[in-house]
Amino acid sequence: MASPLDQNATSCLLNMQNIFKSFGSVDVLMDVNFDLYPGEVHILAGENGAGKSTLIKILGGVYTDGSGSMVVNDKEVDFKSVQDATSAGISIIHQELSLIGPLSVWENIFLGKEKSSYQWLDKSHMVDYSRKILEKFDLDINPKRAVDEFSIGIQQMIEIAKALAFNARIIVMDEPTSALTEPEVKKLFKIIEQLKEQGCGIVYITHKMEEIYSIADRITVLRDGQYIGTETAENLPSEKLIQWMVGRELDQQFPRHAPHVGDTGLQVTDLFVPGTATNPAPRVNHVSFSVKAGEILGIAGLQGSGNSELLNGIFGTYGKSAKGSIKIDGAEYIPDSPAASIQRGLALLTNDRKTNGLVMDLNIIENATLASLPAYSRRLWLKPAAESKAAKDITKSLRLKAESLYQYVDALSGGNQQKVVMAKWILTHPKVLLLDEPTRGVDIGAKHEIYELMNQWTKDGIAIVLITSEMPELLAMSDRIIVMHRGQVTAEFDRDNATQEKILTAALGERKTA
Amino acid sequence: MSQLLKSPKSSWLTSPTTRALGALVIVFVIGLIFNADGAFLKWGTHRDMLRAVSVYGLLACGMTLVIITGGIDLSVGSILGISAVSFSLFCIHFSWPFYIAIIVCLLIGLACGAASGLIISRFNIQPFIATLAMMVFARGLAKWISGGQKISTAVQQADGTYEYVPEPAVFNFINSKILWDNISVVTVIFLVCLLITAILLAKLRLGRYLYAIGGNEEAARLSGVPVNAIKVLAYAMSGLFCAVAGICQASQELQGDPEAGFTYELSAIAMVVIGGTTLRGGRGGIGLTLLGVLIIGYLEKILSINAVGEDKRLMLTGAIIVGAVLLQKTKK
Ligand SMILES: Nc1ncnc2c1ncn2[C@@H]1O[C@H](COP(=O)(O)OP(=O)(O)OP(=O)(O)O)[C@@H](O)[C@H]1O
Ligand SMILES: [Mg+2]
Repeated sequence: MASPLDQNATSCLLNMQNIFKSFGSVDVLMDVNFDLYPGEVHILAGENGAGKSTLIKILGGVYTDGSGSMVVNDKEVDFKSVQDATSAGISIIHQELSLIGPLSVWENIFLGKEKSSYQWLDKSHMVDYSRKILEKFDLDINPKRAVDEFSIGIQQMIEIAKALAFNARIIVMDEPTSALTEPEVKKLFKIIEQLKEQGCGIVYITHKMEEIYSIADRITVLRDGQYIGTETAENLPSEKLIQWMVGRELDQQFPRHAPHVGDTGLQVTDLFVPGTATNPAPRVNHVSFSVKAGEILGIAGLQGSGNSELLNGIFGTYGKSAKGSIKIDGAEYIPDSPAASIQRGLALLTNDRKTNGLVMDLNIIENATLASLPAYSRRLWLKPAAESKAAKDITKSLRLKAESLYQYVDALSGGNQQKVVMAKWILTHPKVLLLDEPTRGVDIGAKHEIYELMNQWTKDGIAIVLITSEMPELLAMSDRIIVMHRGQVTAEFDRDNATQEKILTAALGERKTA
Repeated sequence: MSQLLKSPKSSWLTSPTTRALGALVIVFVIGLIFNADGAFLKWGTHRDMLRAVSVYGLLACGMTLVIITGGIDLSVGSILGISAVSFSLFCIHFSWPFYIAIIVCLLIGLACGAASGLIISRFNIQPFIATLAMMVFARGLAKWISGGQKISTAVQQADGTYEYVPEPAVFNFINSKILWDNISVVTVIFLVCLLITAILLAKLRLGRYLYAIGGNEEAARLSGVPVNAIKVLAYAMSGLFCAVAGICQASQELQGDPEAGFTYELSAIAMVVIGGTTLRGGRGGIGLTLLGVLIIGYLEKILSINAVGEDKRLMLTGAIIVGAVLLQKTKK
């Protein structure tokens, strides 16, 4: 595996050799190699649970009990802490956001790196500096506001800004775009170009194929903790890459959805979600639409378009503050609490599994049955056997990879955690499935399975509403697409006349109906 | 990174149960060493220790439920006080049949706990603040009911003289020992409540919901868990156990002291935390609390049979609490 770059001219930024790591008795990395040169984007690819994040955490000093050799800037290193890695010029954007919600944006950016004269924090300097960094991303937000006031997409941008704030030379991005929409991804790629010119090396992890091929210089693949190989992007076309990752050939990426349209499943009339204290503009402004049983309706929209809030409003997340009426299978219903919605046959897979999807202190079975627990109990008593059987069946059909179903979900890889959330909602046997980024962080084999499951569910008469920031996914899976901008619907397309350009134009706010 | 450090933390070694058991064994061994001329080797010592911790243990049962939801209940000592006073009043002054007195006391405790729970969930008030308010309020209520006096068998007559009435039989029963004097009735009551809590946490849907709320309240709400109702129930259960504790306390003291249970909330919290249930919520269990109760109980007993003065006893207990919690914490 020769490096494509001029190896003799530039010395290597990072070289990891023969890395091993295990959790208890489970080997997660077995003899893995990875290197990085200045000015390149090196993609780290592999299925869920392949060990990508684990490798990155070893590099970042999060796990200190791996073995192998690690050379940074020609020096053998042995990181004992995250600080050690940071001072060696390594900056990491972790897969699960690591921002501290109640702290302000600038406090998060400077966390652990506070500027002070004597013990007094030099606040105005830090606020200004934060503002400057955010401007690079065209993020027009007040750095004094608390991070948890922002949507997950904005939070992800803040996390990226934070990682780039202190001139690191080795920058690792573990699925940085999983909650970003098209324009932000473009911005990020532009910044990556700049970083390359400055001589930084970038390690980039993603499950999105089109991203890989738009920025990759080289690609390294891991499978089940094994090192499979490293190649330049030109020499590793996508079929071969997939074969390296999955270990077998995989047919066409998106099984185009075949509609099984029946009667109207979900009808939403005049839904309104008021703004928040800090941003009074209505989040959803009188939106109406309907989905038929067996149909998949895609909802496109950029950050702040209100598409997530629309789904949450339908589901009753905002309680009585959301107004409007919805009908499920023709029965009128006022969405005022998630519990009532679930009983009516609604299910909402939220876009943020860590903050409101999973209970990290419960195991896989307990998470999977949480929303349908009455079905697994006799009066007040739980039926553990029924519970674990249901969880076993559903996780098997989702091909969840776990050591045991009794392990806590925080020990799962990101994609497998997503599958647990998916399992939870399928077990409620919904009539209407609201999916907000269902394939977020899911590897391509599993994505494929999820698409096929969606096909299966629509065949069974479930109506699906789908939000996804991956355009190819949206175009392939939706029977119809509506586009939102600033809380309102700006366009609607049939699957046959929808194109990426048309959708983007409408998402940017230009009104037209097709 | 030099060589492969196979992490030796297979799950059972690091589990809180193992650690709390370890701490208990250490305390027990200390007892065997400083056995005060064999006093520690007699069953009677252990029986008395169990009797002494039973009231605290009852409070710790409810506290465990509340802490698992990520909350805290500071009002347990005061609710115990109300219950002790009311029980004495009903039995001694009003001469109510014991079962009616017990039922009414339990309802009072339940109502106090439910009130805290309602304030917390309806108005979204921090459990610390809400139960602090209940702690003050309930203590006031106990004093008001009793007129600030201890309710004892010396009953004041219309002419201002005192007359002794016989001790109610229920007091004597609760204060007695059964199984050929081998175990106190209060200990049996504690163990029954412990069992109820254990079943609730492990076998009932409610228990699962308590853990889910403590682990991630928003995820639980979005999964259709009736978060508010469950929280009210947790605090109500805590109130109920406090009432039971109050009944036991009154029987042991043969009177209802409006100051009864003062600062007991601290002991109850300490027992739960030493057991290994985290104050953050979401993890832990009643088995751990039992271990915590025993650790503190034995500690106090060992110090007292060795005639360590109260001053040193308090200082040592403080130090040992820190030690026990540190033992729980070693590495993540
Ligand atoms: N704290 C932990 N304890 C036990 N096992 C763990 C822990 N963290 C990760 N694992 C296991 O290690 C394996 C690799 O996980 P890792 O997070 O590195 O995967 P990944 O390649 O990043 O996957 P994804 O694409 O889903 O993020 C998985 O099988 C996971 O279950
Ligand atoms: Mg990962």
